[in-house]
Amino acid sequence: MADQTILNIASLTKEYDSLRAVDHISFSVSAGEIVGLLGPNGAGKTTTINMILGILEPTHGSIEIMGRDIRTCGSDIRKYINFAAVYAHLPANLTVIQNLYIFGLLYEIENLKERIRFLLREFDLERFAHTKAGLLSSGEISRLNLAKAIINEPRLLLLDEPTASLDPSISRLIREKIREYMVRTQTGILWTSHNMNEIEAVCDCVIFLSHGKMLLSGNPKTLPSEYGMKSLEELFIAVAREPLCLAHEVPA
Amino acid sequence: MSVTRIFAIYIRQIFLLKSNPTRLATVFLWLVIDIIQWGFITKYIGSFGEATFGFVTVILGAILLWGFMSRIQQGILMAFLEDIWTQNFINFFGSPLKVSEYLCGLVMTSITTGLAGFFAVVTIAGVVFGYNVFRIGVMLVPFMFILLIFGIAMGVFVSAIIFRLGPSAEWLAWPIPMMLSLFAGVYFPISTLPPLLHAFAKIIPASYVFESMRSILSAKAFPGDLAVNLLIGAFLALVYLFAASRVFIYIYRKNLESGTIARFNAEAL
Repeated sequence: MADQTILNIASLTKEYDSLRAVDHISFSVSAGEIVGLLGPNGAGKTTTINMILGILEPTHGSIEIMGRDIRTCGSDIRKYINFAAVYAHLPANLTVIQNLYIFGLLYEIENLKERIRFLLREFDLERFAHTKAGLLSSGEISRLNLAKAIINEPRLLLLDEPTASLDPSISRLIREKIREYMVRTQTGILWTSHNMNEIEAVCDCVIFLSHGKMLLSGNPKTLPSEYGMKSLEELFIAVAREPLCLAHEVPA
Repeated sequence: MSVTRIFAIYIRQIFLLKSNPTRLATVFLWLVIDIIQWGFITKYIGSFGEATFGFVTVILGAILLWGFMSRIQQGILMAFLEDIWTQNFINFFGSPLKVSEYLCGLVMTSITTGLAGFFAVVTIAGVVFGYNVFRIGVMLVPFMFILLIFGIAMGVFVSAIIFRLGPSAEWLAWPIPMMLSLFAGVYFPISTLPPLLHAFAKIIPASYVFESMRSILSAKAFPGDLAVNLLIGAFLALVYLFAASRVFIYIYRKNLESGTIARFNAEAL
């Protein structure tokens, strides 16, 4: 399949007074590709995702989704993207079906009732359809967030720690669902996580951020050995502890 | 602007009202308490005889209309606060929803709840106190229009302030109608105020409504300058609505720069 760039980020920067949260990062995500955005807490992962989502204005740089600059066509282009984040739960005082209905309207989904039925079935949420989101377990909430995240069949899916605080069995189920969805729809996915096994299992490419800077990028299976590390987790720890040393190290 | 997305914001509030009947208290309870309390007060004062002729009519009419305006303002605020309490801005503004559509959704919600509350208290005033607000006649339409627009403007403006200062400023939602009522001539004519405050009363659109209403109900005449008064009131209300919307959108954009939309909670601000 020909490379089709869904997301293209160039020299993206976010400054808060004297703090540079994201510092001139550039990368792209193609259709049918899962890119892992890694880094210690405060590295700038969520800031980057928020800028792509359009809820945070970049200080410099550009974000193009399907070749269109989000600054000039923000609302239109957001029809083709969606997200699920561990910190962005859907309203707890609405039922599962009400939440999906409202977000279906926001994304102007055609045949919405049918789409909701499909999502409830797909994410095993049928029996919770009329349960308030606030009464669901963590695993059920994650499935609901994910159902909302693909309600519009996005071309670009942003997942900010989608499996955080889930048990390994549910995490695997969620990963499989996402991977399956990506293969079926050729969606481009940007995924942040602190679970290196997960990243290794699902991502085609990873990007390491530290202090807002992009330090390394490459294939998660080969990258550790390129830097003389045994595993992705070891590489992650090295990035977190001594980012500057690693940034200047020449790969073996 | 998408009608579907406006409807999404609107239906969310309707779902909430349907799912939890205690929320209906915010729509009806305060209005009902107000009308019953003032109904008995005016009945008592009315018992003093001829000197207080028209008092009941004027005060109950004022209470009903002021209650309508307050409910419109608070309808917008309650819907907005709901999104603060559920920390839902990231989900909404990360979708194709535009800020103008969001505001329209809040306005639609407040009009529904405001009108529902208004008709409920009109019924109570009629049944319990024999008061018919429709005796104001056709002028009720411009009166309600001005109060509706001004209520929306106030709701949007106070929401904007809370959007800027954070959830800790949500107390601002409640005293503003009360403060404005002092200068809007709701309970007494503006001429009762010290002359220095007259100028302040003149910039409040609602004051033109209540002064006009008193003219109609007490003098039982159609004063020549009534139309001019109402035009000034309507013009001011529209100016405030435009200004409040601009302020809200400006603060939304500032929040996009500062990142507060993503993490809008009391601790972050």
